[in-house]
Amino acid sequence: MTVGELKDALGLKVLCENDDALSREVTGGYCGDLLSWVMSRARSGDAWMTVMGNINSIGVAALADISCIILTDSATLDDDAKMRAEQNGVAIFQTEKNSYETAKELSKLI
Amino acid sequence: MDEIKLHFEVSGDDFTRAGEASGEVKRVLKEIWFSSAVIRNVSIAMYEGEINMVIHAGGGEIDVEISPECISMVLADHGPGIENVELAMQEGYSTAPDNVRCLGFGAGMGLPNIKKYTDEMDIQTELGVGTTITLKVYNQ
Repeated sequence: MTVGELKDALGLKVLCENDDALSREVTGGYCGDLLSWVMSRARSGDAWMTVMGNINSIGVAALADISCIILTDSATLDDDAKMRAEQNGVAIFQTEKNSYETAKELSKLI
Repeated sequence: MDEIKLHFEVSGDDFTRAGEASGEVKRVLKEIWFSSAVIRNVSIAMYEGEINMVIHAGGGEIDVEISPECISMVLADHGPGIENVELAMQEGYSTAPDNVRCLGFGAGMGLPNIKKYTDEMDIQTELGVGTTITLKVYNQ
């Protein structure tokens, strides 16, 4: 399933996206808010569910080759983070659901 | 492919710029067609090193050498040094301040992650003088 298809299936609100990012394959998921922990444990292609919407989250997503960030519990994205995400082509979405509920839905799809 | 040498200055206390050097190395490695696994390993190790420099050492310098066989990184700072390297290498041990933890760092995973994602890691540190970490990732 692509990032774009995932966005539609889960009804996610778009905070940042581009065509390249939307066509990436989502191969798994990871939940976590400690950045080094995520960088160590998340796999390439995972959708990352987190409440951390700061600029360093974008760095982690880009360097660890994560397919997209889903900000759960309606967590917000900082302005400088949005700018960095646009530069790095990282897709970011938002949902009112928490990470558990979002991951539950994701697991039915992939 | 000739050997490529890159040099970066990492500024201290500026979390918004942390990751720029590792991002640039990732871009260069992608252009040379290294495997995505090698690129990911180098990127993560170097990013953790950059973050450590910003959190603990007030910045530093990174030199990267890229050859077809190996990517070498030397991360040098003039920070306080690491008091107990053995403890610092344990997952979960951290001396990061609270403001850093609020940003999502300080989980005590920095050095363990660097070790995990590199083939060779050497730490030279002296209290009050600084720390130099030499890393190698082989292209295999």
